[in-house]
This record gives sequence, C-alpha cells and structure tokens, in this order.
Amino acid sequence: MSFDTRLLLGDEAVAQGALDAGISGCYAYPGTPSTEIMEFIQRCPERRERPLHAQWSVNEKTAMEAGLGMSYAGRRALVCMKHVGLNVAADAFVNAAVTGTHGGLVVVAADDPSMHSSQNEQDSRFYAKFALLPCLEPGNQQEAYEMTVYGLALSEKLRLPVLLRLTTRLAHSRADVRPGPRRAPNELSMPDNERRFVLLPAIARRNYAALVARQPELLQAALADGFNAFRPGPNRALGILAAGPAVNYLHESFPRGICPHPVLKISQYPVPPELLRQLLDSCDQLLVLEDGMPLLEEFLNGPLGDPRIRGRLSGQLPRTGELTPDTVAAALGRPVRPSRPASELVMARPPRLCDGCPHIESYKALQEVLAGTPAARVFADIGCYTLGALPPFEAIHSCVDMGASISMAKGAADAGLHPAVAVIGDSTFTHSGMTSLLDAVCENTRMTVFILDNGTTGMTGGQESAAAGRLDSLVAGLGVPAAKIQVITPLPQQHAANVAALRQAIFNTDGLAVVIARRECIQTAKIHKK
Amino acid sequence: MKYDILLCGVGGQGILTIGHVVGEMARRAGWRVKQPEVHGMAQRGGAVEAHVRLSEAPVHSDLIPRGGADLIVAMEPLEALRHLPLLAPDGWVITATESVRNCAGYPESAALLAELDALPHKVLLPVADLARQAGSPRGANMVLLGALSTRLSFPEAAYGAAIRDLFGRKGDAVVQANLAAFAAGRAAAV
Repeated sequence: MSFDTRLLLGDEAVAQGALDAGISGCYAYPGTPSTEIMEFIQRCPERRERPLHAQWSVNEKTAMEAGLGMSYAGRRALVCMKHVGLNVAADAFVNAAVTGTHGGLVVVAADDPSMHSSQNEQDSRFYAKFALLPCLEPGNQQEAYEMTVYGLALSEKLRLPVLLRLTTRLAHSRADVRPGPRRAPNELSMPDNERRFVLLPAIARRNYAALVARQPELLQAALADGFNAFRPGPNRALGILAAGPAVNYLHESFPRGICPHPVLKISQYPVPPELLRQLLDSCDQLLVLEDGMPLLEEFLNGPLGDPRIRGRLSGQLPRTGELTPDTVAAALGRPVRPSRPASELVMARPPRLCDGCPHIESYKALQEVLAGTPAARVFADIGCYTLGALPPFEAIHSCVDMGASISMAKGAADAGLHPAVAVIGDSTFTHSGMTSLLDAVCENTRMTVFILDNGTTGMTGGQESAAAGRLDSLVAGLGVPAAKIQVITPLPQQHAANVAALRQAIFNTDGLAVVIARRECIQTAKIHKK
Repeated sequence: MKYDILLCGVGGQGILTIGHVVGEMARRAGWRVKQPEVHGMAQRGGAVEAHVRLSEAPVHSDLIPRGGADLIVAMEPLEALRHLPLLAPDGWVITATESVRNCAGYPESAALLAELDALPHKVLLPVADLARQAGSPRGANMVLLGALSTRLSFPEAAYGAAIRDLFGRKGDAVVQANLAAFAAGRAAAV
C-alpha cells in the first residue's frame, strides 16, 4: 500500500484528480485555503507533456468565465477559489448553470469555517442550491481525488457545471492518497447547440425551465453514484446525518470507529429525499453533523421546526465555527477524556508583518502624516497590510472585501469625510480596485489612494501579481493625471521624502491623488536572491 | 500502533518540515497518515501548528481530540504550553527551550520552563545551541526531530532516508548538515 500512495493535501488531491481526469486548464485566483490546488498544477510534470493552462487569473470572476470558455470549446477545466471568491464569480457561476457546459467543468470553492483566514464563514453549498447545480462535498483526501474525477465526468454527463466544496480542514490536511488511471484530455469541439450560450431572455427562459426540469437527474445521480450512503445501526434512539468530513469526527468518537447508530453520510447534493426518509424512519431523534452553516438541519426542520432534529440550531453543537472531534463527541454524549487545563501563561501570538516588510515603512509614513488629523480615516483592504490593524500600527479603520478600500473611501469622501485614504495592495488593486478607482476618477473625488506595490500576492505565499510591471500605466490608463501620481520607495532612509509625498497627496491635491509605494515583498525577495 | 503528535512553533521555524519527514516515513512504512497544517496568514510570525496522526489502522479525524496527543513537539516553549489540553495524561512534551518573543506581554522564561519542567514526561532541549554545535545552525528543527525519533518505533535509518529525499535537491552539504543536527537531537534526548 505504501508504494502506490502519495501524501497529498486535500487541495493537492483535487489537483491530482483534475489532472488524471484530463483537464486542459486550471483557472484560479489565490485565496486561503484554495491556493495549493493551482500551485500543485503549476508544478506538475504533466505540464511538460501537453498543453495545460495554469496561470493565475486576475480575479475569480475572470477565472470562472475563462473556465466556462474552455468548457465551451469542448475541453475540461477546473476553476478554484476560496469561498468569498465565489461571491466575486457568482454572476458567471449562476449563469453558467443556465447556459450549461460542454467540456467538463468543476468549480472548487474552499470554505473557511472558523474564519482562519477569512472575513466570514459562508457556506458554498448554498450557492449550488441557489444555482440549481450539483454539489460534491468530499469527506477525506481520497474522496477529494475521486470526487474531482467523478465531478468532471458528471459535468460532461449532465452538461452542467459541478461545484466541489472543500473546507479548510480537508484542504490543508495531508493524507495518503491512491491515485487512479489517467484519462486523455478532450479535443477541441463546439457545443451541440451553441444558441444555449446566448442568454437573451427568450433563450434564457427556455434554458432555465430545462434546468428546473432536469433536477430529478441531479437527485438520481446523488442517489445512484455511491457517494451518499445509508448504513443501519442497532441503536435507533439516535440517527446521524453526517455531511462530508463530519463523518470522520463521528467515527473518531467511537472505539475502533464503530458507530452503533444508523448513519447517513452525505457527500453529494441535492440530497435525495428517499435517503432522508430511510434515516428518519430508522431512528427516534436525528443529529445533523455538517461543517459550515446548518443547511441540512434547516432543511430537515422545515419552517415550523421538528423536535426530533438536533444540531447547530438546537444547541447540541456550536452555531458558529468549524466542527471538531471534541464538539462532535460532546454532541453524541460520549465520555470526556481526561486532559490538562490550559496554562495561564499562554497568550495570543497573532501574525505580524515580517521584519523588513515594505508595508512597515508605508504605515510609518502614513501615520506621521495623519498624526495631527484625528478626523482622518484609512480604508484598507485584503492582504498582508491588513495586519496594520494590529499593534504597533493600529493604522487602519476598515477591511471588508477585495477592492472595498477605494470604493469605501470614495463613499466616505462623498459624505464629506476628509482626509479619506484608501490602502490597497497591487494584486488586490488589479483584482477589484481598478473599477473602484475609475469611479473616483470620473468624479475627481477628494481622496488619496495609497497602493502598496510589493510586486506579488504576498499573503497567500507570493504568487505573481497581474499588476507587475504595469501598475503605473494601469493607474494612468484609468484616467489619473500624471501630476497626481507619485511613486515612493518604502525604505527607512526614504522616510522624509515619503512623508512629504503623502502630505502632498492628502492635503495639497485638488481631488483624487494616487501614491504608489513600490518595493518587493521581503519574502519573495529572499527567494529571488537564492 | 498509533502516534498522535502535535507539532507547534512560530511561523518560519520549520515545524511543517518536521511533519513532512515524519509523515512521509510513516507512509513508506505502510502506515496511514492524516496531517492538518496551518497555512496562510498565520505563518507570518504567528503561532503555527500541525497535527500529525500516524496509525497502522485507518485514521478518522484529521484533528487530534483533546487529551489524545501522545506527544507535543514544540520549537518554542510558550507554544508547547499552548497545546497542553491536547496532551494525553501519559503523553510526552518535547520542546525547545529558546523563546521567540514577538508578542506583547511574553512571560518570563523561568516561569515558562518551570511549568514545562513540572510535567511528568518531558524533554527540554536548547535546540538552537545543539544545532550550532552540530555545525548546522539552520537545523534546529532537525535537532527536535532527532529528539522526537527516540519516542517513536521507526528505525533510525528511515529518518536518514527521508531527510536525504527532502533535502537532496539542495546538495550533499545541506543533507549532511541536517543529518548531523538530527543525530545531535537524538543523542541529547536519549
């Protein structure tokens, strides 16, 4: 067994599954916990053997659309993002259900319950339900591999995109995975009916009605294809509905992994009602174990509630945060193992900006400029520089979503707030800041956009930035006059000049000003030096 | 046979590398492995942990349950203490004694080490010193791996093979330095 297995992260198992299933391209924007899928594909030996697209996209929406385009052309594609990235891609994702697909198309959304590296813990299973698409939720790394292979085949069979949902725990956990055979990639070919991709209302109405009419096929696949399974058990006082990786915590709770209760394991949605009926008929009460939001529990409860259903809503499990073996064991009423209390000496050790990080110098200069102006507000964005919220800087007042720094600063400036400063990284700027900047350009809004250009997507590990080498021309191209664009170098010896530049931009500019602080990320600089 | 090992430290200390060596070695021995790691923002100087679950039988949960860890292996003493609730009553703590003081209000070293020293089963090692003495100043994590190896049943040669495979592409000098650090940790912990 040891010779034909590999230790793979859940993310890497998805990537290997997609490669073995014959994808011709992967499209993604980096985002924890999904980043390692694309990184694995970029490193894979297959790239030397055949054409395989593996470049980062500018954002999740362009990734989703490019994936749909590759599918249109008959080839298989994988699209990957973190859960909040699916919000960005949602327009394309939901409409791709209406156009349908041609080559297999699997969209991976990696959810982050407990918000280890995120701003919310939204549950991507809702998106699949919303778009009327199949959703796969692998329970372990081997299933992550197998369900990616299956998902691409299912997509080609149904001619629909398939959503594959991961959570942080599986995405970032390594296990021994046994890969299967390789499939050849598809040749270039056109869809059977190209009009279905033209979503004029008349066509969209027909497509949408067909999508609704085909839901029984999705249920049939979820019933027959083997990833959902009911297993009877002698102790019928309680039945268990366990979704995806939750089944692991269930088995962990019993000696030798033998659960005495009837168990329905769900890894494919929509959930066939006959399986739910079988489980409900075999037990007095039902405990729902699912990571993320209580989607199945709410479904089973119905609007009026059902006293037989237990889980996150009834208080047997915490309403928020990821499941753990301990919370699941407690919900099952299992005996608590003896353990030591936490040490009183322990304190939080939050992440911080690296020693020598250019953002440190950018924040030092900004703080000096704004020191005498308590009315000033700094709207920041998603990236390492969000750490500027923590001591010693405590320099920013918001971090909401990709690109929101510029748009929020604009809205606040429109409301009369001055000085309004946006702080955004180069990669976040190309992801979602450019359109926001154009809004400010159109009105010459009295605000300053401070772009921290470290030449990379730093927080996710240094992926290439779409802004690299073209940021100044992008800013100018959006219509910011050359006289209102300054470029500074965030180094300690440049501090006085940087303070002067920011002061000029914030206090002595008519309307919109842009300051670009350019110095390479200290982490990627170390790698480039080697 | 099974080992549940909680590896911990501060971002950048090479904790995940220890996990890779042990996990890969167990896989080659035909064991089952689950190994969740902290990636992303926390690696920027924050607390980092990896649960390494090795078993001859299938492993269910990726995470180690409270009170279930056979070993806590720490590159930093405060991080060792952080995870004590995971430790089984008869579990071992193997920890570096050198502190990384990058957070406000970091406790006195003497108090930290006294609490660790009061545990029934522990190995406290100055891993950075031992690595320097072994001529491998960047091999502190391999010193800790050497110490850990004394508590596991895998043959010493298996670690050597895993270290060679992991560092081979960096050249023989790097491999030898890491092997020397591993040997120093193993000798110090016996």
